[in-house]
Amino acid sequence: MKRTILWVPLALFGLFFGIVAYGLINPADRTIESKMIGKPLPQFALPAAYDGRPALASADFGKGEPRLLNVFASWCLPCIAEAPVLEGMAKQGVPIDAIAIRDKPEDVAAFLRRNGNPYQRIGSDVKSSVQLAMGSSGVPETFVIDGKGVIRYQHVGDIRPEHVPTILEELRKAR
Amino acid sequence: MRALLALLLMTASVAAWADSTMPAAELADTQLRDPKQEAKAVALMETLRCVVCQGQSIADSDAEIAGDMRAMVRERIQKGESPEQIRAWMVERYGEWVSYKPGFSAGTAPLWIAPLLLLAGGIWLARGRLRTRKKN
Repeated sequence: MKRTILWVPLALFGLFFGIVAYGLINPADRTIESKMIGKPLPQFALPAAYDGRPALASADFGKGEPRLLNVFASWCLPCIAEAPVLEGMAKQGVPIDAIAIRDKPEDVAAFLRRNGNPYQRIGSDVKSSVQLAMGSSGVPETFVIDGKGVIRYQHVGDIRPEHVPTILEELRKAR
Repeated sequence: MRALLALLLMTASVAAWADSTMPAAELADTQLRDPKQEAKAVALMETLRCVVCQGQSIADSDAEIAGDMRAMVRERIQKGESPEQIRAWMVERYGEWVSYKPGFSAGTAPLWIAPLLLLAGGIWLARGRLRTRKKN
């Protein structure tokens, strides 16, 4: 009995070491998922982000067809990486609207000139208020809004070609 | 040396894409006129988690989105909303995670109960020790 008790501290140390090593090797997933999925899009009416596209309001959604809502910014590098992928989806006929976060009209215009413009409407959210209302925590993020105006799916980070099938499938389900 | 330089450059670029060219929102770093309202707002900001720099409260964080969250908190307090209403609004969007003041639920029960159990265990151990000492 006494003998086995002597090993307890070492066993505890081993356990502690194991937990720490596990945490170091597999870092926790720090993605923050919006809790708004399954809920209606919050009410908003944003002014146009630049003069090339109309303004965006929550009333533009829920008209029977699912739409993508992309949260982006001209100052965001991963947004450049995702631009051609969004353009590809727009060419396939996917309706995409956008919210530009903390952006100036001239910067938005320059960004779209350089990287392509897959958007039908772009709203300007200078105080990130709509972003916060949607439970979004960064740029870029993309939401699938169904034909009734309910948020169905959230993609955090830039959309890469390998993510497209999932997003198209979510759009189909949201029909 | 070269690896170190590369690492430094990488951290620099990360900082670069995290910021817009817009100034901070009006109420992000400006106190409310009414000191009572400001105190309420600050108390709430200290218990809301920044959604980018996840170990900091929005009161501590320099991230732009934290500034926008502070501005939103102050605006709403000014309009007469209660801090708990605003907290509930944030929790509805980001989950319990966003609040540094966890409520009592099945998920958070261990958080509240574990210290009590540990304290009870400690008292029990200490009692056993004291008894054996008396016998000696």
